[in-house]
Amino acid sequence: MTLNNVWVFAQGSNGTITSFTAELLTKARSLTDNVSAFVAGDGSALADALGKYGAKKVYSTGDLGGRLVGVAAANAMKAMIDGGDKPDAILFPQNYDGRDTIARLSVKLGVTVLTNSIDIAVNGNEVVATTPIFGGNVLFATAFTGAGPHLASFRPKSFAAEEIGGGAAQVVAVSVPDGGATASAKVTATHVEETSGPKLDEANIVVSGGRGLGESQNFAMVEELAKLLHGAPGASRAIVDAGWVPYSYQVGQTGKVVKPSVYIAAGISGATQHMVGMKGSKNIIAINKDKEAPIFAVADLGIVGDVHKVLPKLIEALKARG
Amino acid sequence: MKGMKIVVCVKQIPDPATPGSLDSATNALKRDGKLILDDSDAYGVEMALQLATAAGGGEVSIVSMAPNNETSGMRTALAMGAVRGVLVSDPALAGSDALTTAKVLAAAVHKVGMPDLVIAATESTDGYTGTVPEQIAEVLGLPSVTFAKKVKVEGGVLKIDRQTEAGYDEVECPLPALVSVTAGVVEPRYPSFKGIMDAKKKEIVTVTAADLGVSPVGWSGAGQKVSSVTQAEARKAGQVIEDDGEAFNKIVAFLETLKVI
Repeated sequence: MTLNNVWVFAQGSNGTITSFTAELLTKARSLTDNVSAFVAGDGSALADALGKYGAKKVYSTGDLGGRLVGVAAANAMKAMIDGGDKPDAILFPQNYDGRDTIARLSVKLGVTVLTNSIDIAVNGNEVVATTPIFGGNVLFATAFTGAGPHLASFRPKSFAAEEIGGGAAQVVAVSVPDGGATASAKVTATHVEETSGPKLDEANIVVSGGRGLGESQNFAMVEELAKLLHGAPGASRAIVDAGWVPYSYQVGQTGKVVKPSVYIAAGISGATQHMVGMKGSKNIIAINKDKEAPIFAVADLGIVGDVHKVLPKLIEALKARG
Repeated sequence: MKGMKIVVCVKQIPDPATPGSLDSATNALKRDGKLILDDSDAYGVEMALQLATAAGGGEVSIVSMAPNNETSGMRTALAMGAVRGVLVSDPALAGSDALTTAKVLAAAVHKVGMPDLVIAATESTDGYTGTVPEQIAEVLGLPSVTFAKKVKVEGGVLKIDRQTEAGYDEVECPLPALVSVTAGVVEPRYPSFKGIMDAKKKEIVTVTAADLGVSPVGWSGAGQKVSSVTQAEARKAGQVIEDDGEAFNKIVAFLETLKVI
């Protein structure tokens, strides 16, 4: 079994592709020379950037005019596949539009999906995707058994992005068939939430807070420490669900995956759902009053103590250094 | 609009507080003990109840797929205020992939009667494939808005704030439709004592995949099989110290060795 033709669901804006897209293209290149990007939007603006990471072609739907990506992209892909342009595998990012598209397409093609993957490989006559489960303690490898195209989605930062320096990808315009009732949802306005400092999933230092902070206003300590360290504040699902901070702060299985140089977990016990999102950090510092907390099993430095006492002193000490 | 029919897809899962384990024969996630309502689904049930109230009445039903005729999680949703449920429970369903699960749940929605709105969580806490809601929408031929963090209905049209990487989009969508809601979208109510007592009398219809006309299902219907299960390389624990009032200095020293301060 070989994969001779692999597509990547690619994203970007203003001529720049997302780091996630670069990661998936790098992986696709290791599977085959014949890599194409699919862009639900204006793919021609991204042709140079996609080519640098090895895409030979970019399928471009053009501006979607407010239609949601999932239905439009899946309909366009289905029409291409029905028309005979059929890839062996399509790699998707595990994010909002990637998930919508892979789900819609799987029903249209009648094929399975393997999601939350961190790797894909050809193993003898099988194509196998690997997913970490139980907080990353167990690696679960699943083989596709049906006919292709094989649909898989990946966690961010599963692969290290590497440029190959290729020329601009050849732009191929693709049409989006009418989706009827399924395509009747429309975006009427777009809001960008301004954040200061580095982005959570790109920061070199991340300071996250959890339920151990006790009350929502104590999250200010996490933000202050993050700012002092020129890092980004993050949060456990527990305090996002409790409404203390927006969903965009969430680190974990259902939130962002972070791999900073230093991850400081303050008042976070280390539920499986959280660990999946931060275990890849180079150095982990944990502060928790429960010495049995699972977070200590992955921490390079663990402080069994009260975050309300440790954090203020730490903040003062860092301020004193100027 | 007057009155709204809503179906919420709910999952009953092993208590997330207890460590998960795999069946030694099949490598499937063990789900044979007592199951509870997935926390993620409490938000969908609450959202449905609030939308029905805002619409001046209506009816919230639930559908679920679970082994061993398990209904304890569904009873929680009924105690919150849902009026009836359809449970698909069938040994033949063991090993089903997300696509089959979506087909089964879509058929269960039809069994209840096609509603104005189908609500689901963005993903389950135990399996978290994360595609089932959108797959259900496609099977039912419905438009969908996923990752909703705010939902209201005005003049028969859904108005939704949908989570995006950069912030959120305002999305409008006609009914009927499917919406997947993020955790924290509303504050789920605690079932009252009366609600819990009433829930015991509410109807849960139990059906098989064959009753719903969905086949093939289970391992044979899945387009995937387990290839291998291995232990990941474990991260080693480092130094753990009790705070004596000076532990912050250890953190400062550690940050210095890492050259980040």
